[in-house]
Amino acid sequence: MSEIVISAVRDPLVLGEKTYHQITEDVCRPVEGKANKWWWLSFIISATCMTWGICSLAYTIGNGIGSWGLNKTVGWAWDITNFVWWIGIGHAGTLISAILLLFRQRWRMSINRSAEAMTIFAVVCAGLFPLFHTGRPWLDYWMLPLPNQFGSLWVNFNSPLLWDVFAISTYFSVSLVFWYLGLIPDLATIRDRAIKPASKFIYGTLSFGWKGTARDWSRYEEVALVLAGISTPLVLSVHTIVSMDFATSILPGWHTTIFPPYFVAGAIFSGFAMVLTLMLVARKVLDLEEYITIQHIESMNKVIILTGSIVGIAYLTEFFIAWYSGNNYEAYAFINRATGPYWWAYWSMMTCNVITPQLFWFKKIRTSVIATFIISIFVNIGMWFERFVIIVTSLHRDFLPSSWTMYHPTFIEMGIFIGTIGLFFTLFLVFARVFPVIALNELKTVLKATSDKSHKNIPHHHE
Amino acid sequence: MEFNFTNNSKNFFRVLMAIGVLTIIVGFLMNPHRTWAALLVNNFYFTAIALCGTFFVAVNYIAQAGWAVGFKRVPEAMGQFILFGGIGMILIFLFGHHDLYHWTHPENYVKETPDYDAILDGKKGFLNIPFYSIRLVAYFLIWAGFTYWLRKESLAEDLTGGIGHYDKSVKIGTVYIILFGITSSTSAWDFLMSVDAHWFSTLFGWYTFAGLFVSGLATMCMLIIYLKSKGHLGNVNENHLHDVGKFMFAFSIFWTYLWFSQFMLIWYANLPEEVTYFKARWDHYRFIFWLNFFINFCFPFLVLMTRDAKRKVKVLIIAGTAIIIGHWLDVYLMVIPGTIGNEWHGFNLIEFGVMFGYAGAFLFVVFTSLTKAPLIAKNHPLLAESMAHHI
Repeated sequence: MSEIVISAVRDPLVLGEKTYHQITEDVCRPVEGKANKWWWLSFIISATCMTWGICSLAYTIGNGIGSWGLNKTVGWAWDITNFVWWIGIGHAGTLISAILLLFRQRWRMSINRSAEAMTIFAVVCAGLFPLFHTGRPWLDYWMLPLPNQFGSLWVNFNSPLLWDVFAISTYFSVSLVFWYLGLIPDLATIRDRAIKPASKFIYGTLSFGWKGTARDWSRYEEVALVLAGISTPLVLSVHTIVSMDFATSILPGWHTTIFPPYFVAGAIFSGFAMVLTLMLVARKVLDLEEYITIQHIESMNKVIILTGSIVGIAYLTEFFIAWYSGNNYEAYAFINRATGPYWWAYWSMMTCNVITPQLFWFKKIRTSVIATFIISIFVNIGMWFERFVIIVTSLHRDFLPSSWTMYHPTFIEMGIFIGTIGLFFTLFLVFARVFPVIALNELKTVLKATSDKSHKNIPHHHE
Repeated sequence: MEFNFTNNSKNFFRVLMAIGVLTIIVGFLMNPHRTWAALLVNNFYFTAIALCGTFFVAVNYIAQAGWAVGFKRVPEAMGQFILFGGIGMILIFLFGHHDLYHWTHPENYVKETPDYDAILDGKKGFLNIPFYSIRLVAYFLIWAGFTYWLRKESLAEDLTGGIGHYDKSVKIGTVYIILFGITSSTSAWDFLMSVDAHWFSTLFGWYTFAGLFVSGLATMCMLIIYLKSKGHLGNVNENHLHDVGKFMFAFSIFWTYLWFSQFMLIWYANLPEEVTYFKARWDHYRFIFWLNFFINFCFPFLVLMTRDAKRKVKVLIIAGTAIIIGHWLDVYLMVIPGTIGNEWHGFNLIEFGVMFGYAGAFLFVVFTSLTKAPLIAKNHPLLAESMAHHI
């Protein structure tokens, strides 16, 4: 190994003149200590929302999909909107852990663990929607290619909905393995520090007997690299296939070739917004502001402005080509989006996704915690509206004007959506209590190179 | 050590350019239609490679990437060809638009005549000669202007040092990327998509960009290897080449991803107004259609997969050559069916002759540019990181 050279133009990533031991202390504190009242308050609110969602799901199972606001013209609405929204949110975790690993971005270290956890929880929330939209979730195994004696007909391999089944289940499995692999050394650290025999036993079991030898680490790094290599095409493929649920159709507003990469960019965009929403709160509550620094926030905001602009260019491209194509139906689908009865959804999407993120061009705004938090909420809302606009406005005025109609969600549908938000935050809150939220052992590997202490020793040749 | 553009190389490139000029003259006498098409293919392709140079430099500034600083003069030099590509593109449009772009024919727009084309009439607001000309000039003013500006800052940094030029370059690079993000799509519609003026695809701009980027990366890799073989860029070693190889590998896959997305969605929906594009290629150009996919995806994917492959000069030369040839074929397949159409019966010497001419001109410009500045940007604040790059 040659020496790591870090230029003076880079800002330090770990502040507060930390030592190795202090990192361990700071990261393990929330796991080893008792929860404060803020945690309990958030937990109670989230769990209440989740309970509401469970009740709504139970009602749906008992009464069927008729309890939702769908009709003959609008056969997909909130369910698929929520599904795509959650899946998209998950993408940031994989981007941070896999793609930024391949790009050797050191700033991923402090945020990768919780972003990966978020991925897994978001995929869990997403998966609920198609599973329950089948109407008879107890027969959901029919979605798998099983022999006919199990009751189903052979699945349709030509359908992107089936590709989704494979893509998302693979994505979930690989993300889970990747996340857990990263946890192993950190769980071993907690095991070694545990005082109570019960927690020693639990964390000992979870850490698979990790010893931290050179061989352990060498294998760990090798597997991490292989998984990153697998995850990278995988994360692109997942939202690509989600986009194909729409783009393989011949419906104006759905069938357009830009959908795959544009959906992936949108997914990363919304995912980073959710990471920021979560991390800005977590760094405060868990006292991790010296690890998740303003520099991390700024870098994430730069990713937001990049992906937000890509999404913006895609919107304009679609709009332009709808006119350029000379296809009346395509042109109408877009005019109807902007000026039809759902104009408010379209302009909410445009404002939240294309306009507000542009504020991050100002350094003052992208390094402000409050401004970032507000804009990240805007992006979350905007990306939900994007899917709503794509799905509902393309469907509600189809080729036959006599069947044109509107879609109105029911309280049951709203309950399920709020329930998934409750489930997501409940899982995240539990995660923050039982697992280290920062990849502490990985972070230690870059401490020498990127802490404020090490930065003092770099010659600033331009001064 | 300064780069020495030897007389031998100069003469070699001059011979290539002479072949090109000769081919163009003979081509115009024998088959002007085909010659215009060959000019568009090659002018676009070598401009695209040049555009990758400036794009690569700008992206590295914005991303605060240190590893590539050691050879940044190479993509900088590639960018210097943009100006010449622009002059070529303007000349080609000025004199060749009738042969290349069906939408420029005035008879399309005369109502109630057999030649009236309602679809083109509908696009008249965008596809008309004055507006197109304005766009064409604007693209190259932006591209060449920012290339010049980035280069100027870099050369000034060599002399005076300090962090000011770096900070300024980050700002210039950012503005350039925004403008390039828009113009890379619109220019692809203008130069290439409007050859098949009825056809449209929202992905076309990004697809063209992916090809542009990967062919430029391969060219950059070849130039670095050449310079190293002449004893230059001593601090650029297999670690840097490894990363360039990774980029070539990754963006070959990315190109394929967009190729597949565009092809699959059009094939699956099977709408007549869209599928006609691939139908024409499938019926008359099937060999190139498959070769394009094989040489630009399967070959680099398999060859560059392992770590060792990306660190070996010989393997990189093989893969890089394949990518450079492969993406030339891709551009060929975007232009020729819309211009030559069913009259195509295999490759023509005109296309290769013009290609040699452009290759000679491109390399002449790049090499000249390399002689004009030290090969190492010695005052770049991230240079030390690049020198110590080890993976």
